[in-house]
Amino acid sequence: MSERELGRKLDRCLADGVIKLGTGLGLGIVFSVLFFKRHTWPISLGSGAGLGMAYSNCQNDLRSHYLLHRNQKVER
Amino acid sequence: MLRLLLRGAAGSARKNGGRGPVAHLQPLRQYSSSQSSGAAKVVAASLLTVGGGIGGTVLYAQWDHKFRATVEKNVPYSDSVFGLILGPAPQNAGPPVRTQLESTQPQSMLEKRAKTSKVQSEKKVKGTTETEAIEPTPTVSVPAASMEEASVEATQIISASGDVPSVPAPCDTEPTVVTEHCDECHPAGPEAVLHGADSPTEQLVERPAEEVSARLAQQDQDEQNVLAAVSSSLEESLACSARAALQAIGAQEAALQAINQHTQKLKEAMEAESPPEEKSVQWKDLEAALMDRTSAVTDATAALQKANEALDSLRTTIRNSKDLKVAAARPLVLAAEENLHKMAVDLDRVVAQVQSAEAESKIVSQYSDLVQEAKLQFQKEVSSLTPEIQANWKGLTGKLSSDDLNALIAHAHRRIDQLNRELAEQRVREQIHIDAALQQQKLEDQRVLENAVSSSLQHVKEEARLEQERKMNELREVMEAEMRTQLRRQAAAHTDHVRDVLKVQEQELRAEAEQVLSSKLLDQETRHRQLTQEQLDNFTLDMNAAYARLKGVEEAIDSHLVAEDEARRAHQLWLSVEALNHTLKTAGAEEPSVPLDSAAQIVRDSCREDDFASALAEALPAESLSRGVYGEASLRARFNSLRSLVRRVALIDESHNSLYQYFLSYLQAALLFEDQQVAPPTQLSSEDLDPFKLLSYASYCLEHGELELAAKLVNQLKGEARRVVEDWLTEARLTLETRQVVSLLSAYANAVGLGTTQAP
Repeated sequence: MSERELGRKLDRCLADGVIKLGTGLGLGIVFSVLFFKRHTWPISLGSGAGLGMAYSNCQNDLRSHYLLHRNQKVER
Repeated sequence: MLRLLLRGAAGSARKNGGRGPVAHLQPLRQYSSSQSSGAAKVVAASLLTVGGGIGGTVLYAQWDHKFRATVEKNVPYSDSVFGLILGPAPQNAGPPVRTQLESTQPQSMLEKRAKTSKVQSEKKVKGTTETEAIEPTPTVSVPAASMEEASVEATQIISASGDVPSVPAPCDTEPTVVTEHCDECHPAGPEAVLHGADSPTEQLVERPAEEVSARLAQQDQDEQNVLAAVSSSLEESLACSARAALQAIGAQEAALQAINQHTQKLKEAMEAESPPEEKSVQWKDLEAALMDRTSAVTDATAALQKANEALDSLRTTIRNSKDLKVAAARPLVLAAEENLHKMAVDLDRVVAQVQSAEAESKIVSQYSDLVQEAKLQFQKEVSSLTPEIQANWKGLTGKLSSDDLNALIAHAHRRIDQLNRELAEQRVREQIHIDAALQQQKLEDQRVLENAVSSSLQHVKEEARLEQERKMNELREVMEAEMRTQLRRQAAAHTDHVRDVLKVQEQELRAEAEQVLSSKLLDQETRHRQLTQEQLDNFTLDMNAAYARLKGVEEAIDSHLVAEDEARRAHQLWLSVEALNHTLKTAGAEEPSVPLDSAAQIVRDSCREDDFASALAEALPAESLSRGVYGEASLRARFNSLRSLVRRVALIDESHNSLYQYFLSYLQAALLFEDQQVAPPTQLSSEDLDPFKLLSYASYCLEHGELELAAKLVNQLKGEARRVVEDWLTEARLTLETRQVVSLLSAYANAVGLGTTQAP
């Protein structure tokens, strides 16, 4: 059903965001702990990067229909 | 120009007039009149000029028509003016003068042509009235006339090139040719007329060959008849005359014999000195002989008469036959004439003999008379003298032969000698008597000679004539033979010619007859063919009609069958469609209907022969067949659930599809309120294409059961909203399609059922 597609995409976005945020946060924490003397900036960097990646992914996913993909180009 | 002058004059007058009062007021009064008079002068002069020009133009146009034409052509309305003044233009004004002569020349030539044609027609009329012998001459005249016409045309062409002086020459020669020909015709005409006149009269007089031959045959027949008659008559008369002649000759010879006998007897009686008994016997014999002689002579004369009569008759017949002038009878006539001549000659000879005998006998009788006289005298003398000489005297009277005569004469001489002495007077008398007798004899001899001469002359003449006739006949025969050979030769030539002509004629006639025969045969054949064709056509028509009727009957039965079959099938189709329709209704709230495949198969089976229905059955979408279709209620429910989602993504499309736009569209959806259901307008304008409005329209339609319109409205969504609604739209389309097909099928089945249902 096409009406469920958006829900699915949003679910994915959310899941992806959570994962990326978590991963970024974790990596930030790790890096901050390990390499950057418990500064907060790697954490925020990591979480921000993670959130940003998640945002970008979500956007791409939502846009994906409107963008011509390479394989489609080749087909044409 | 004149107008300019006029204007100039008027202008100058005005100027003068204008300047006048400005410059000179006083002299103006003087000048005004002069000015006005000057103007009047100018006006008058111009008017005069114009009038003179027009009058001159009119006069010159009256004189020169070409000028008039030019003026009429160049100046408009001048033709009406000229017409008013001069009258209508003459005819010759139209064509240019250059060709005037040519036009008149061709006219004259045309006249001459008319004349020649008239002459030709006359000639032709003459020719038709004359007999066929003259036909060649009109045909000769016609090509000559055509040549003349060609020459006339040539002259016309030559003249049309514009060389006027050369035109009269051919025209001049033409009449001479015509007259020559006329002259030729005219002598031929009277001859022809004569010939024509003669031939009928000749034809009237000339007899046909059959008549001539008949006449000739008749003539021949007549000739033959005449010849036969002539020959028969000639033969008859010849025979008769021959008989008579022979009889006469016989009689004459008998008479001759009798005369000779008598003479002999007389001589004997005269001479012989026999005894008296013998003398009386002798005298009796003599008398008998005399009687015989007379009878014989009479017989002879009678016979001669008869012979002469017969000969005369023969002569007349000969003359008649000669008068008849029949050529073939000529030899007969000639022969008859010759016979006649011979008979005449014989008769004459015999008659001459008889006459000579008679003369002799006369002589002898005379002599005997003389002797008798002498004897009587002597006897008288002797008796007067002495009776003893009587014995001598007796011996004297018995013998009459020439010797006796000589002896008698010698005796007479002796007696004369004896008597000389005595009677010198008697001797003189005897001399006188002898002279007389001699004279008489001479006369008689002369007469006889004359007769003989005349008769011999006649005979010679006759013979000459006969000879001439014979020669003529021979010549005639020769000529006849020659003529006959010539005629035969001519006849041979004629027969040859006739044979050739006959051969030609035979061929012609045969060809003609064959043609006639073939045409007749053709007619008969065509007629026969027509009749047979007609019969065939009629038969074919009947057969066709019967066949058509049979076909009609068969077709009616077949159509009945077909109709029944169709009715059954239609019923079946209707049933299957109803089943299909029923399956559609099995759609549940959330599930689709039963797959329509089986029902569709049944429908397909029931409409195998029906193209429309089978096409429709094929047109059922595959999804509906395999999966079934959703009902309207489910679609409605689904739409209602879709609506909120669509509202949320209303702003998203190709260009606006970032997350921020998503946030904005979500915000819009939260803040915007629209009516749940709004009736859609009949025509969508551009502002109606807003998704929210569309959704409310679609909801309204769905609530009112117009799935189609709802689907159309939903179809207007664009962008992400469209994407979201895509599936619902597909399902709605599917449902609509299926329902359309089914409704079409049911309508079709109903229609077919109605159509095939037969009213009881």
